[in-house]
Amino acid sequence: MPARPHRNVLPGFGLSLGFTLAYLGVIVLIPLVALFARAAGLSWHDFLAAVWSPRVVASYELTFGASFLAALFNVPFGVMLAWVLVRYEFPGRKVVDALVDLPFALPTAVAGIALTAIYAKNGWFGQWLEPLGIKVAYTSLGVWVALTFIGLPFVVRTVQPVLEELEPELEEAAATLGATRGQAFRRIILPALRPAILTGFALAFARAVGEYGSVIFIAGNRPMHTEITPLLIVTKLEQYDYRGATALAAVMLLGSFGLLLLVQLVQRHYARPGRA
Amino acid sequence: MAGTVSTLAYVAKPRQRRSLGDPWWVRAALIGTSLLFVAVFVVAPLAVVFTEALRKGWQAYFAAFADSDARAAIRLTLLAAGIAVPLNLVFGLAASWAIAKFEFRGKALLITLIELPFAVSPVIAGLVYVLLFGAQGWLGPYLDTGNHPWLGPWINAHDLQIIFAVPGIVLATVFVTFPFVARELIPLMQAQGRDEELAALTLGATGWQTFCRITLPNVKWGLFYGVVLCNARAMGEFGAVSVLSGHIRGETNTIPLHVEILYNEYNLQAAFAVASLLTLLALVTLVLKNLVEWRHRRVLEAAAAAELRQFAT
Repeated sequence: MPARPHRNVLPGFGLSLGFTLAYLGVIVLIPLVALFARAAGLSWHDFLAAVWSPRVVASYELTFGASFLAALFNVPFGVMLAWVLVRYEFPGRKVVDALVDLPFALPTAVAGIALTAIYAKNGWFGQWLEPLGIKVAYTSLGVWVALTFIGLPFVVRTVQPVLEELEPELEEAAATLGATRGQAFRRIILPALRPAILTGFALAFARAVGEYGSVIFIAGNRPMHTEITPLLIVTKLEQYDYRGATALAAVMLLGSFGLLLLVQLVQRHYARPGRA
Repeated sequence: MAGTVSTLAYVAKPRQRRSLGDPWWVRAALIGTSLLFVAVFVVAPLAVVFTEALRKGWQAYFAAFADSDARAAIRLTLLAAGIAVPLNLVFGLAASWAIAKFEFRGKALLITLIELPFAVSPVIAGLVYVLLFGAQGWLGPYLDTGNHPWLGPWINAHDLQIIFAVPGIVLATVFVTFPFVARELIPLMQAQGRDEELAALTLGATGWQTFCRITLPNVKWGLFYGVVLCNARAMGEFGAVSVLSGHIRGETNTIPLHVEILYNEYNLQAAFAVASLLTLLALVTLVLKNLVEWRHRRVLEAAAAAELRQFAT
C-alpha cells in the first residue's frame, strides 16, 4: 500500500459507495432483517413449538452431527492431499489439484443425483457395500457422504498456501538436531498448520450445515431419521407454515453466523503478533 | 472472512518441490491414498454422470435436449444468469473501487456484510424473498392488485408476480452470486494501490478515462475470474431457486430444477443427460480457473523480472 495522501483526489467515492450500500441493502440486508423481524414478532410459544419439536430436534441432530463428522473426516484427508500436492511430484498432480475444486464448481443437484446413483443398491459402490450390510443411499450415512463431498475442498485449500510458505529450513534444522520425520511433522509442521486446519474445518462445517441440493436426493428424507433442517424449512413453507419456516431459518442463520464469527476469532487469535 | 469462504479463490504458487527426504514408501503410500480418496469422492461422481447420460446411446442423449421443457429450462437459466451476472459485475466494480481506493470508517464491516450471502443457506436465501414479497410479506400488500386503484390494472396487465415466478428466480440468483465478483476485485485493487490512477489524473485524464484505461485493464483477469465463478454458481443454483420457483414445467424451471423433475419421474437417463450439461459447465469453469492462474503467474513473473532488471542497471 502506498503512503496515504493527506487528501484523496480520486473521484467517484460518493457514487461507488452509495451504489454499493444501496444494492447491498436492497438485495441482502433488508431481506435478512425482514426475516429476523418476522421471527421476533412470533410469540414465545409459537417460536418454541417451531424450533424445538421432536421432529425438528431430530433434524438438528442429523444436520449438525453429519456436518461435523464430514468436516472432521476431511481434516486428515485434506491435510494429506495438501501435503501431497505441495511436496511431491507425480504424474497427474495438476489434474488432481484442479479436481479438488470440483465439489465447489459442480451444481449441488448434479452432485446429489450422481452420488445417489453410485451408492444405490445396484450402483458402482452400492452393489459391493450392500451385501456387507452397509447401506449408504437413503440413510444418514448417505447424508454424510454428500456433506463430505461438499466440504472436501475447504481444508485442502486453507492448508495448501500455508504449507507452501513453510520454510523447509525449519524441518532441515530439526533433522540436523536429530528429530525423526514423525517428530518434525508433529512438533513443527502440524502446529504451523493448526489455524489453517481449524479454519478449513469450520468453513466445511458451516457449508455443510446449510447444504440442501446434494443431500435431499441421497437422504431419503424420512422424518425423524434422514430429514435435514434445510429440507424441513422447505417442507414448512410448502405447507404454508410461514411462522415455523421463519423461526427455523432464524435459528439456522444465527448458527451459521456464529460459526463464521468463530472462524474470524480463530484467525484473529493466530494473527496476533508473536503467535504466527 | 479472510477470503476463504469460496475455495476457488485460492491460486497456487510455483515452488520448488522438496520431499525433504521422505522415504519412498511414505511417499507412495500418501500419494496412493490421496489418489484413492480423490477417485472415490470426486472422479466417481463425475464419471457416473456421463455414464448414465450415455447409457442409451447418443440418440437418447440428444433427445433429452430436444424436449421443449428442457429448452425452456435452458432459456430461463440463461436469462437468470444473464441478469444476475451483469448486475453483480457492476456492483463488484463499484464496491471494490470504494473499498480499495478510499479510506472510510466501517470498511471491515462492509466487507463482512458483502460476504454474508456465502454464510446463508440457499434455502433461507429463497425464504427471505418469500417473506418479503409473499401474500403475507412486508411488500406483499403492495403487489396485491386490489390495493391499487391506479397501479392495479397495470400490475394485472403486466402480470407482475415475483415469487413463484421468473422475477423471484432472478432475485434468488442475484442473492447467491452476490459476493463473487466483489471478493475477487477488492484484494486485487487494494494490492495495486492508487498511484497509477493519481498519475493519470495529474496528466489530465478525467475520472472515467482513468477508470476505463488504467483501473479496468489492471484488474481484467481478476474480473474475468470473478465473472466465471459468478456465472457457474448462477447457472447451477438449486436450493434458493427451488424455493422461489413455481415448479411449472416449461415456465419456471431452470436447468437444475428440470434435472430434479426428470429424476423424480424416474427418467434417469434424461436427468443425467441434462445434468451432464451442468457438469460440462463445471469442468469448463475449472479449466478457465487454471488458465487465469497461469496468466496471472506469467504477469506476476514478468513484473518480478522487470523489477530485477531495474536493480541490475
